[in-house]
This record gives sequence, structure tokens and C-alpha cells, in this order.
Amino acid sequence: MKTTIATLALAGSLASALAAIATPAAADDAKEKCYGIAMKGQNDCAAGPGTTCAGTSKVDYQQNAFKLVPKGTCVSMKTPTGHGMLEQGPAPA
Amino acid sequence: MSQTMQSAFAAGLFDAHPPPPGLAAWNKATPRRRYAVYSNNVETSLTGALAARFPAAERIVGADFFRAMAGAFIRACPPRSPVLLAYGDAFPDFAARFEPARDVVYLADVMRLEFARGQAYHAADALSLDPDKLAGIDPHRLGELIFVPHPSLSILSSLHPFHTIWAMNTGERPLADLEHWDGEHVLVVRPRLIVDVIPLPGDCANFLRRLAAGSMLGEAAALAGGEDFDLSHALAILLRSGAFTTFREG
Amino acid sequence: MIASSLPSRVGIGFKPEHFADILAEPQPVGFFEVHAENYMGDGGVPHAQLARLREDYALSIHGVGLSIGSMQALDRPHLSRLKTLCDRYQPESFSEHLAWSTHDGVFLNDLLPLPYTRETLDRVCDHIDTVQAVLGHRMLLENPATYLLFAESTIEETAFLAEIARRTGCGLLLDVNNVFVAATNHNIDPHDYIARFPLEAVCEIHLGGHSETVDDLGAPLLVDSHDTPVKDPVWALYRTVLQNTGPIASLIEWDNDVPAWPVLREEASAAQRLLDAAARKRVA
Repeated sequence: MKTTIATLALAGSLASALAAIATPAAADDAKEKCYGIAMKGQNDCAAGPGTTCAGTSKVDYQQNAFKLVPKGTCVSMKTPTGHGMLEQGPAPA
Repeated sequence: MSQTMQSAFAAGLFDAHPPPPGLAAWNKATPRRRYAVYSNNVETSLTGALAARFPAAERIVGADFFRAMAGAFIRACPPRSPVLLAYGDAFPDFAARFEPARDVVYLADVMRLEFARGQAYHAADALSLDPDKLAGIDPHRLGELIFVPHPSLSILSSLHPFHTIWAMNTGERPLADLEHWDGEHVLVVRPRLIVDVIPLPGDCANFLRRLAAGSMLGEAAALAGGEDFDLSHALAILLRSGAFTTFREG
Repeated sequence: MIASSLPSRVGIGFKPEHFADILAEPQPVGFFEVHAENYMGDGGVPHAQLARLREDYALSIHGVGLSIGSMQALDRPHLSRLKTLCDRYQPESFSEHLAWSTHDGVFLNDLLPLPYTRETLDRVCDHIDTVQAVLGHRMLLENPATYLLFAESTIEETAFLAEIARRTGCGLLLDVNNVFVAATNHNIDPHDYIARFPLEAVCEIHLGGHSETVDDLGAPLLVDSHDTPVKDPVWALYRTVLQNTGPIASLIEWDNDVPAWPVLREEASAAQRLLDAAARKRVA
């Protein structure tokens, strides 16, 4: 037997969903934002990894990760429950 | 230049080998530093590409650790295409198995979220479903509708508060201690130009995941059905987020 | 069929962070150049921005990943992607590098050097013939910034490029900063290099910044890092080229530590003044 849901329940839920979204969501300023205005912190318009035709003057001394420990903004919990409690790292710049 | 020479030149770039034979400099200098310019370009440009794709992960573990981990990754899984905007899909799994990052249990899931955002950013443009189209459907057929996911859609779940941690490391939320350590679920979609990351209740994530995989609406709703599952809320998220483009009758 | 129809003015390498500034007012920019590979996603902001720019400006598509200098076969799927991109945006010019970047299927994301021999010459010409046949258009090939030489090389770089242009009909993209970088790295006079360069085939010029280090004996080693303003000796070399060629489409490339738009625009204005001076000299 096919698992499904009563037509009435479905229709009712859809009706209330349609009513709920009838209230306008946030204004659609997506176009303006992504046409180049960087947002604070996260630049949502950044393309991520790209190619380059330039070399670099910044020398990357490849380090052995096994001699390093993560030292960023690791998150800690006030109420540890065993999920890898970590030290609070330095505050982000 | 034989292929052998090109192979030797390429192989040494990753492995800090001495330069292959056959290279020269006008002053008879050993070409070590000259060859190192190329090695460094490869290392820096590829780890830089990964840092651009996984900025929250870089902040979570710190720049030094991230570069070291990225360096290990580019050796294990170098790019197979010049289209770097798709590079790094295997990096979250790599990080999950990366011993020095073992204590950062949520790192891989944050990275999966970051990669999903990158995919959504570059996904094909498509118009999201117009809710009015559903309003006219015969209620008896609603259960058999099959929805087509937006090309940018991902639904992600984690045992960790990965969305909160991601938001804290992208400047969207202040960095703070977490009072609770609960799993989280999100929907990632780009209905127009901006990538949205929308938190979801867990059963709603399961419901939308089933729909995206091609289940009929009635079936997905029935299977999602925990006590707390709120179908109308899930449908409102479905419609408001733009996560689907159209539907057909199954 | 000409290899490039870019206007003989100064262009700027487009960076997404400048998009809003660029659209705010008409810019005194002859064209924009983009890296092909960064527009090979399916949709979203990159294409929205490029399509919008294309409405107002001439466009140069500059590939950085085709690996024309590879001894292995060309990456056909990548060539198809380039074709799709060029068909969609109809750029005034398509250019690539005399270099290789893919080997055994691994993309190294750097422009790697090749020795100049009969064998490599034949191979590069074959690849350019293929590219031009697939694109249905002539392309431009750029001279590389190199950091070392190959013992097996038997042909000078300028003669190598001249022969490629003669055999394939491609145009050349003369990167004046690359000339200065490579000439310094190999201890030759950059003006001699320019004197030997087949300037009649040049359809576009690149200008960019470089940084300085040293080799194992302490000799200067310049890196083509595109992270600074154009340096004085490169401007001098540019003037020399323009005296011989007259005005040619010229690009300001700034790819690392990218400055604010007004800085870039000022750099372009400096180049435009030299182009204008070259144009006046022609008329006089």
C-alpha cells in the first residue's frame, strides 16, 4: 500500500501555506546587492575560487599540518555534552 | 620538450623535489629558486582558491592550519579541470578524515555548507515556482504532484550546529559561546542572484529532501510525519524559498 | 578576418568587486577583459555582470587554462566550453598564453614554460590551428613571463612567436611587463627583445606590475605578480613599443591585492595618455 496523506490534510496545509506567504517577504534587493555591493563580513557576490594569469610574490612555506593545531575561532560550549569541546580562539579581526 | 620532461617538471612542482634536469639560468645559477617560483605559484594559487571557497573553515581553524590542510588536499586531490570554480567538492570529506583536524568535529559539515553555497552561486538560472499555480490544482491530485528542484538547491543536515557556527564565522552573527549543541538543517538555494541559506526543522528537511529526490507530495508528507511535523509550515518554506521550479503530476 | 577588433584604447581587467563603481557612471575605458575560466559556471552573478558590461563595453576574453603549450592533446571539453563562452558573448578578441598548465589531466593553475624547439613549435602551431578552427576566429597568443631557461631550446622566443604567427595566422598579445620580467630574469636587454619582436602581428598589449626577488646566486629574479602599479621601466618599454606600432588596445592587469576602482582607473588614464601621445605623433 502506498504511504500517503489524506487529501483534506494536504489541501488544508497548502491553503494555510499560501495564506502565510501572501504577506510579502523581504524586498527583492538581490539584484542591487549582487551587482557589486559587498555585504559586511560575507561578500555574497564573491565568485570563490578563480583562475589567475599572474604569479605570486607571496611565498607559501608548506607546513606540516601534523605539527599544527587548529587556531582560529573554534567554537566552545557553555554546556559541554561531549561534542568536541574546544577552546575559544582569538576573536576575529 | 618531450612528454617525459613535462612530466618531470609537473611532478616536482608538488613534491619539493629538486628541479628536473635540463633547466638552465643565464648565470649558471642552480635553478632551484627559479623553479621554486613555479612551485610556489601552484601552491599559493590552489590553496588560495580553496580559501576563497571555504572562508568560514579558514577562520575556524586559522590561516596557517587551513593552508597546511589545503596543501595536503591539493596533493591528494589536485584539480582535474581548469574550471576552478567547481574545485573542492572532495575537500569536506578530506577534512573529515584529516587527523590533525579531528577535534574540530563540525568542520567538515561547515565546509559542506560552504561548498553548497558555491555551487548555488554558479548554478543555472531558473525561475522559481509561482505559488499561484498551485492554488488552482484539484485538491484530489495534490498528493500526486512531483516537484522539480531548482538547479541551485541543496538540503544539508548535521549532528552539529553547523549553520550557527558558519554564520558566526562569516560575520552574519557575532561570535559567541553556544548554549546548546543541537543538530541543524538548512536549505541552500539561489532563486535569483543571492544565495540564501535557510534554517529548517529536521522533519521539514527530510520532507524537502524526499520531494527533491522525486517523491510525490503525498508520500513525502506522510513519511516526514513526526509528531511535530508542520506540513503547512514546510509548504510555506517550499514556496517562499523558491527551492523548486515547477511540478508535474506523477 | 582580423584577429582582434578591440578599440585602440586602454582597457581594464574586470574584477567583480568593481562592478557597482563601473556602472555608477560611464567609464573612460575602451574595453574590459575577463578570464574565460571564471565565466564557465552555468549562471548567477558572473554571467549577469558580464552580460551587463557587454551592453556598454567592448570585451576581450582571456583564457588562462587551455594549456596550448602542452605536449599532450588539447583538452577538447575545455575548448568546447571556450567556444560556448565566445559564441555567447561575441568578444572583440580571444587570447591565450604560450604556456602549459595541465599535465596528465591535472590542472596546475600556473603558466608553465616550454623550451623552444622544432618539436614544440610544431605542437603549439597544431594546437592553435585547432583552437582557431573550433572557435571560427583567429586568436591572440601572449608572450610569457619566464623564470628559467631550457638547455634544449634552439629558437629564440621572438623568432618562435613570429613563426607561430606566420604559420597559424594568429595575432600576438605583447605583454610588456612579461618582456621586462623575462628579460631581467635572463639578463637580456628588453629593448633588444622588443626590437626583435614581430610587432606587426601585435593586436593587444598588456601592462601590469611585478615584484622582485633573487635567484640562487643573488641575481635579480622578477615575478609577474600583477599586484602593484606598472613600474617605470615597463612604462618606458611601452612608449618604445607605441613609437613603433602606433596606438594599440592596451590592458591594465591587476589581479592580486586588487585596489579600489579609482586607483585602477588612474592607472588606465596614465596608459591612455601615452596612447594619445602615440596617436598624435602618427598624425604629425
